[in-house]
Amino acid sequence: MVPYVAIAVLFVLSTGVAVMIMMVGSLFGPRRPTPRKLMPYESGMVPVGRAMQRMPIRFYLIATLFIIFDIEVIFLFPWALVYRQLGVFGLLEMFTFLALLVAGFVYVWRKGALEWE
Amino acid sequence: MTAEQVVFVLAAVVTLGSALGMVTTRSVFVGALWMIAVFGGVAALFILLGAGFLGIVQILVYIGAIAVLILFAIMLTPRVMGDPNAPRYNRQWPLVAVMASALASLLVALVLRTDWPLAQEGAPTITGFAVELGKGFMTTYILPFEVASVLLLVALIGAIVIAREE
Amino acid sequence: MSSVPLSWYLIVAALLFSIGAYGALARRNAIGILMGIELMLNAVNINLVAFWRYIEVTGLAGQLFAVIVITVAAAEAAVALALILAIYRTRDTVNVEEIDLLKW
Repeated sequence: MVPYVAIAVLFVLSTGVAVMIMMVGSLFGPRRPTPRKLMPYESGMVPVGRAMQRMPIRFYLIATLFIIFDIEVIFLFPWALVYRQLGVFGLLEMFTFLALLVAGFVYVWRKGALEWE
Repeated sequence: MTAEQVVFVLAAVVTLGSALGMVTTRSVFVGALWMIAVFGGVAALFILLGAGFLGIVQILVYIGAIAVLILFAIMLTPRVMGDPNAPRYNRQWPLVAVMASALASLLVALVLRTDWPLAQEGAPTITGFAVELGKGFMTTYILPFEVASVLLLVALIGAIVIAREE
Repeated sequence: MSSVPLSWYLIVAALLFSIGAYGALARRNAIGILMGIELMLNAVNINLVAFWRYIEVTGLAGQLFAVIVITVAAAEAAVALALILAIYRTRDTVNVEEIDLLKW
């Protein structure tokens, strides 16, 4: 438990600094809004078109792929720690696990969900 | 008040306060941000309980993957923005508020009345849990491990089929 | 033994579960309902790990079950959100009060 105290202190300090910076900025800074200042920033150009275009669903598919393979990695971590002690049997069990997920990956690949235009 | 109690109260206040903020906000995007705070508070509670590996898994999976997925889904389903008259809750919200309070009081009363069979004072604790988890997954609990992989495969295929680009 | 009694953790989990139940039953947005369900799953995880820590620390089942619950929650979130996006594509709404008619 003791090593986590450092992480807690880091977290509290970084949150405190971030909150303080934003609060000091909004309390002490002058606020004189003009219509030009309030327009959304687009590197100096005048914004054209609606702000809310339909996002392609590709982004959601990438996030779904990430979540599934992230959980696969979570299962890989503890196995990797005891890999030596388990011998061939552990390796074969993990190959079964990975084979099922590789089958899923091949499906995703063939269906074209990995194409980015 | 020992240090552990102080940290626990802090984590519990963050978790429950963010949960309340999440269910009472009008915009579902702000609710997703409160939900990230809830997940962080729950991870802090896991670490306090001595489950370090699970706390990191919580941050990695819940905040890193599930919260991001929910944020993407919220951005992909934009509704009429800034409609201040749109109600947050559906038609049955008073009944649900009563039921949720009743459930909370029932559970709290149940927890306080039961005589839990706690482990003895000098019981050994596990250190290095991830190693034990690895061994457990490969020997005693091999079946949930493989079933989890089938579940992930099915979820992957299902999500790709349903959300395919037209 | 730690200075925080078991009942405190269970009370936090019970309150979180009730708040999640309220969110899951009273919100109009379908994604808001899913977020309430994720809160309930987190409360269950807190319960599992608290029982593991205070009742049987040398066993594995508590934390292992929590890892499986996290896996199931993630898989379910992915599929449920895909369903919500598919419904949004055809009905153009995620308000559950308007999605109440099955196609015949």
